[in-house]
Amino acid sequence: MNIDPYVLTFSAIMVGATLAMGFWSARKSKTASDFFVAGRSVSVGWNASAISGEYLSAASFMGIAGMVMSSGYDALWYPVCYACGYLFLLLFIAGPLRRFGAYTIPDFAEGRFDSPLFRKIAVVFVLFIGFFYTMPQMKGAGTALAYIFPGLPYWAGVSLVGAVITLNVALGGMKGITLVQAFQYWAKMFAISVPIFILMAVYGNYAAHLETNNTGYGIVTKSPTIQTPDYVVRPLPEKAPKDESWISPFGPLTTKAAKAAHLPPDQTKLFSLIYTYSLIIALVCGTAGLPHILVRFYTNPDGVAAKRTTMWVMILIGVFYLFPPVFGVMGRNLLPDLYNGVAGVKGTDGIVLKLPKLLNDKWPPLGSILSGITCAGAFAAFMSTFSGLLVSMTGALAHDVYGRILKPSSTPQQRMRMFKICAVICGAGAVLLGLFVETFEINKMVGWAFAIAATSYFPLLFLSTWWRGITMKGAASGMLSGGLLSLSTVVSTMLADQAAWAKPLSEFYATHPLLRILAEQPAIWALPLAIVLMIVISKLTARDIPKDIRMKMLVLHAPEKLGLKQEYIHEAEFGH
Amino acid sequence: MHPEKFDPHSESFLHALMRRQLKLSIGCAATFMIVLLGLPLANYFAPQLMATRVFGFTLTWFVLGVLFFPFVWVVSFFFIKRSMALEEDDVKSVSSVKTSQPQSSVADH
Repeated sequence: MNIDPYVLTFSAIMVGATLAMGFWSARKSKTASDFFVAGRSVSVGWNASAISGEYLSAASFMGIAGMVMSSGYDALWYPVCYACGYLFLLLFIAGPLRRFGAYTIPDFAEGRFDSPLFRKIAVVFVLFIGFFYTMPQMKGAGTALAYIFPGLPYWAGVSLVGAVITLNVALGGMKGITLVQAFQYWAKMFAISVPIFILMAVYGNYAAHLETNNTGYGIVTKSPTIQTPDYVVRPLPEKAPKDESWISPFGPLTTKAAKAAHLPPDQTKLFSLIYTYSLIIALVCGTAGLPHILVRFYTNPDGVAAKRTTMWVMILIGVFYLFPPVFGVMGRNLLPDLYNGVAGVKGTDGIVLKLPKLLNDKWPPLGSILSGITCAGAFAAFMSTFSGLLVSMTGALAHDVYGRILKPSSTPQQRMRMFKICAVICGAGAVLLGLFVETFEINKMVGWAFAIAATSYFPLLFLSTWWRGITMKGAASGMLSGGLLSLSTVVSTMLADQAAWAKPLSEFYATHPLLRILAEQPAIWALPLAIVLMIVISKLTARDIPKDIRMKMLVLHAPEKLGLKQEYIHEAEFGH
Repeated sequence: MHPEKFDPHSESFLHALMRRQLKLSIGCAATFMIVLLGLPLANYFAPQLMATRVFGFTLTWFVLGVLFFPFVWVVSFFFIKRSMALEEDDVKSVSSVKTSQPQSSVADH
């Protein structure tokens, strides 16, 4: 065992601070409303930091840098689309959803369509997408602990981190989480930016490193600007992609299927373009459909605050996303040995943790200190995202399944007790699922969650806020077929890659690269399919349109100052 | 300022409200989609141009990895300003009905 004391100390401080804040705020959150949406009294600054903290997961903190290092330009679509998805959310969904005023997405589904059945379907989807999204976080936790304690088994890391966060959520509810996540955003921002600025000051800046990569068009040079005496461009290993395909669009990430089928270059490039568009659609629309992000809009005091919050979230995550690719670019030149490693911390995914250690050659222990800081940031990353998902899933279980379906007559005290029990159940479930995914890539798993959200929740939310003709049957059939179809095609490609018994499938995909691309990135066909289904079936069942649809649309779109919401509730309670 | 005065429960109010909101949202979305969806096309049809060096980055890397974020901030800032002004407008157009003509809105029902 060769434990770096600095890395251990910084990570322990991060976990300790998270726990302490959870306990501290547990004493302050008293009512059931506090537990579910923080009493709706979170200020714009806190809420924006908390949403950003929740959103920047292990995939953002470690995965993007690793992917830029391994795949180059094409991986840049991930951070850009993660950030841009928020614009979509702001333009079409954030305001109306907030004005409608419901604790959770299932609340919205039921309120919009007057259908308790649709609430149940939506609850299942919240849990479904939530559990998918927890798996990569658990993988991140297991691999980061393996970096701190070399030799620690994967299951121990997953169980430890899972237990700590579950405890925190069970004790503090959402109020605790808001504070903790706001803190964790700034911790992550600090942890990704400070080390990279120091590294750039010593080894040459972002652009200077990119300049050493030959595009295939310009003059072939290794730039003189970054050749300080102790800087040596290390030779790239065999496994690393060549400069031209790495720095140019349509590189290894998007051309894998076509290359495997030995297609001619022009066809390869066309398929790669299709892959790129499908990826963009999945990431942009998937952001707008992720259940644990949407819940946060209810913690704004009003619709204007919800919009301001989204603006700040975009700035906060946009600034953050400038930095991970820099680790990937510098890693290619400075630590090319990682190309030889297998997946996880030994491979390119570990670049954020390992790159700062280079400074130990010059000024020990500066490298270890900075590596400790990025490692603490990684902890903040998977802890905050996992907490947010846990609150969202626990809310669905306690608020919807228990409070609405199983025992509608329960008292607030009973519901709060149930919240804690459900938190433990969800946490245990996530840890169990996490144990099975050691061999899967973090980014691929996040892609599952985004593709499913983009093809199920996004069309549902978009059409039900802007089109009054949509019916419950139309919405449900579109959501289910879009989500389940894209899920099954994505899983089929994973099985084709990993499972021995799926060999015929993998041979089929090898000879049909276009189908393989469409199965791996289903958004380009599954999203239009879901929308068309919703429209056609809604037209067929047009008499099921809720009677008070005009009032519902008014509540969704009229400024809150008009007080139409109160009238609506009054009508619903006392009849008209 | 407000030639049309609305009863908030009227069909015409809801129609005008949603129309204006959707127009603004779609306008902003189009601006952003043209750039987002146009960049792969530029990469596809003009690879050499997009590989031009800008401050050491390639042009396409500079646009996607650096410039894109401020661009999105500008679009969303514009949207938020416009949509808050829209809401103010809507409130004014309704409250003027409520205060100046309370009789007529009752008589409508």
